[in-house]
Amino acid sequence: MRKKESIFQILAQKPWDPSQAKIDDMHEGGTINLSKGKLGLRFIMFVSTIFFCLFIVTYSDRMVYPDWQRMPEPWLLWFNTAVLFFSSMVFVNTQIASKNNQFQIVKKRLLLIGFLAFAFLIGQLLVWQQLIANGVYVSTNPSNAYFYVFTALHGLHLLGGLVYLYLTIKKVWISSDIVVAKVKHTVDLCAIYWHFLLAVWVVLFGLMLFS
Amino acid sequence: MTADSYEDVAVGKNDPIPALEVQPQDLYHAKSFWTRWIFCQDAKVIGIQYAITAVSIGLVAMVLSWMMRLQLSFPELVPFLGPADYYQFVTMHGMIMVIYLLTALFLGGFGNYLIPLMVGARDMVFPYVNMVSFWVYFLAVLVLVASFFVPGGPTGAGWTLYPPQAITSGTPGGDGLGIVLMLISLSIFVVGFTMGGLNYVITILQARTRGMTLMRMPLTVWGIFTATILALFAFPALIVSCIMMTLDSLLGTSFFMPAIVEFGVQSEHSGGSPILFQHLFWFFGHPEVYIVALPAFGIVSDLISVHARKNIFGYRMMVWAIVIIGALSFIVWAHHMYVSGMNPWFGFFFATTTLIIAVPTALKVYNWVITLWKGNIRLTTPMLFALAFIVTFTNGGITGLFLGNVIVDVPLSDTYFVVAHFHMVMGIAPVLVVFGAIYHWFPLITGRYLHEGMGKFHFWVTFLGSYLIYFPMHYLGFVGVPRRYYEMYESPYIAASTISLNQFITIAALAVGFTQLLFLYNIITSAKLGKKAERNPWGACSLEWQTADVPATHGNFGKELPVVYRWAYDFSVPGAKEDFIPQNVPPSAVPGAEAIKT
Repeated sequence: MRKKESIFQILAQKPWDPSQAKIDDMHEGGTINLSKGKLGLRFIMFVSTIFFCLFIVTYSDRMVYPDWQRMPEPWLLWFNTAVLFFSSMVFVNTQIASKNNQFQIVKKRLLLIGFLAFAFLIGQLLVWQQLIANGVYVSTNPSNAYFYVFTALHGLHLLGGLVYLYLTIKKVWISSDIVVAKVKHTVDLCAIYWHFLLAVWVVLFGLMLFS
Repeated sequence: MTADSYEDVAVGKNDPIPALEVQPQDLYHAKSFWTRWIFCQDAKVIGIQYAITAVSIGLVAMVLSWMMRLQLSFPELVPFLGPADYYQFVTMHGMIMVIYLLTALFLGGFGNYLIPLMVGARDMVFPYVNMVSFWVYFLAVLVLVASFFVPGGPTGAGWTLYPPQAITSGTPGGDGLGIVLMLISLSIFVVGFTMGGLNYVITILQARTRGMTLMRMPLTVWGIFTATILALFAFPALIVSCIMMTLDSLLGTSFFMPAIVEFGVQSEHSGGSPILFQHLFWFFGHPEVYIVALPAFGIVSDLISVHARKNIFGYRMMVWAIVIIGALSFIVWAHHMYVSGMNPWFGFFFATTTLIIAVPTALKVYNWVITLWKGNIRLTTPMLFALAFIVTFTNGGITGLFLGNVIVDVPLSDTYFVVAHFHMVMGIAPVLVVFGAIYHWFPLITGRYLHEGMGKFHFWVTFLGSYLIYFPMHYLGFVGVPRRYYEMYESPYIAASTISLNQFITIAALAVGFTQLLFLYNIITSAKLGKKAERNPWGACSLEWQTADVPATHGNFGKELPVVYRWAYDFSVPGAKEDFIPQNVPPSAVPGAEAIKT
C-alpha cells in the first residue's frame, strides 16, 4: 500500500500510461493508513462537527439581534462539565490499562465511565428542570432556545456513545486471547468519541458562556 | 513515496500479481429468508431495496404531477382537486423527486449495487450499518407517506419549505402535522443517508482490490464518491434547518419566525430570520443538484465509453471536473435567493461563481462529445439515453446561465422559465441517465436483457416528449406566467396562447408518464422472460462484469478477489484481439496490445 501521496499527486496520475501501470500494479487497494473502524469514527465526528458548526453559525447570526438576552448560567452546568471532563480522564486511564492488557481494570473503568455519563445526562436534565422552574422556557428567548437545543443534541450524541460503550463493555467481558487486539481497538474508538464529545461540549458551553 | 522509487521493484511486464488473501469470516452470511431478502446485509440486495422503494415513491410523485397538469389545463377533469390539494401535490412532487427518488436511487441504489463490484470488494465495509441505512430510509419514506393521511394533509409549502409561510395556518398542512412530518421525515432521511454515505466513502477509500488505484476507478465510482462527500457537507444544513423549524412549529421558538400577524392575530413568534432558513436550505439545496448530477455524470461517461468502444477522452480532466464542480457547488447557493433583497455585491459574487461552474461542466460535455468522435458507436438503448442526456443537460445548463445572472433572473424568477430550467437540468437529464443505466446494467442484475423494442419506444417517447413538455414552458416563463398558481383565470397579463400551450404540455406529460408504465412492465416481464444475456454483453472493461457468477452471488468474486492491471477504459487497443480488455486481464494475456496515450 502506498502512503503519503497527496491528493494532487493522485489526481495527476495517468492510469493509461505503461510506466504508471507498473506502479499501480503494486497498489494494495487502500488509500489511508487507518483501520476502517477509525476511519468510520472520523467520518462520524466529521459529520457531527459540521452539524454543530452550522448550529454555531446560526447562533452567531441570531445573537446580534436586539431581542437576544443573556441566558442564566446555573452552577450545575459547571458541575456537569467537570463530570464529563472526569469521564474523559478516566477513559485516558482506561486506554492505558487496555494497552497494558490489564482488562480487569478496563472493565471497572468502563463501568465507571458509563456511570459518569448517566450522571452527566441526569445533571443536564436537572439543569432543564431548574430553568423551567425559574420560568426560562424554550420559547422565552432565542438564547434559551439554543441552550435547550445544544444540550439536547449533545445529550443525544452521548446516548449514541453509551450504546457503543455498552458494546465495548460487552466485548471486554467476553474477551479471549484471540480477540484481544479487537477489544483494544474498540476501547480506543470509544475513547476517541468520548474525547470528541467533551470537546464539543466545551465549545458549546464556552459559546453560551461568553456570548 | 514517489513513482521513481518503484523503478527497482521486480515486477516483470508479464508477471501476474497474486490476489490478496481475504479472511472468510469477514463475510456476512444470510441464514434465513428474512436475512437473505428483507434484513439483508449484502450491498446488492440493499441496492435493489433502495431502488424499488425509490421508484415506488417516485411513481406516487409522477401521479401527483399528472394531477397538477390536469388542473392547469383541464380542470373539469379533476373537480375534486382544490387549491390546497394543488399546493400539497406541488410540494410532495418536488420533495419526493429530488430527495426520495433521485438522491436515494443514485447513491443508495446504484451506489450500493455498483461500488463493491466496481472497486473489486466483496461487500461494503460496514454491512450491518448499510442494512440499517436502508431501513432508516424506508422509515423516512413511511413518515412522508403518513403525512398524506393526517388531518390537514401533507404540507403545501412548496419543496423549499420557506418560513414563515411553511408553518402558518394559511398554508395547507402548515398548522397541522403535515409540515412536522415532512421535517421529521427529512431528518430521518439524513440520518439514514449518513449511515449509507459512511459505507460508500470508506469502501471506496479502503476496500478496493489489489491494483485498483483511485485513478483506475471507473468514473461512475468517482461520481458517486464525490457526490457522497458533497452530501456529507450539505445534508447537515438540511437537518439543522429541519430541527430548528420543527421547534418553531411545535414549541413556539423563533429561529426563523419573525413577528407576524396571522388572520388578525399577533403570533407568539418574534425576531426570527426567514432569510437564515433560506441560506441554510440552499447551502444544502444547491449541492443537492450536484449530489444528483455527479453520479449521473459518472455513469454517463461509462455508458458513452462502453457503447462507443472508445476510452473516455481526458479521464483525468473528467475526474478533476467532478472534484472541482463538487467544490464550487458550495459557493453558489445564494443564486437561488437573488430576489430575497440581498446586497447587490453579494449577488454579484454568487453570479460570478455560478458562471465559473459552467467551465468544468462544459469541459465534461466537450469530453463526452470528443469521446464519441470516431468511436465505433453502437446505438443501443443505453447509448441513446446517454446521448439524450448530453443534449438535455446542455440545454438545461444553458438556461442556467440565464438564471445565474441577477439581472436576467429577477424578471424570470418565480415563472415557468425556472420550472423548465430545473426540470431539464436536474429532472429529465438525470432521469435519462437512470434509464440508460438500468438498460445497461439490467443484464448484470438479472442475467437478461430488457426488451429492445419496448426500450427504443420508451426512449423516443421519453426523450421527445420531455422536450414537448419543457421547451414550451420556457416560453410560458418568458411571457410571464407565474409558477405555483392553482389556476390562471382570464387576465390581460397572461397571453391567450398559454391556455392552449398548457393543454399541449399536459397531453405530452401524460404520454411520457404512461410510457414509464410500459418501462415498468418491461422490467417486470424481462426479469423473468427477457432474452438471456451472455457474460459481459456490452464488452465493458470494468470489474462489475468480471464476477465469478453473473448475476453476482454473495461475496461477488468467488474464492479470489480480482487483481487489477489496467484502467477501466482499455477499448479498441491496437494489437488486442477483442475491442476491450477487462481491468483484471494481465498484460501477459494480451501480448500484442499496445497502450496508447489517450
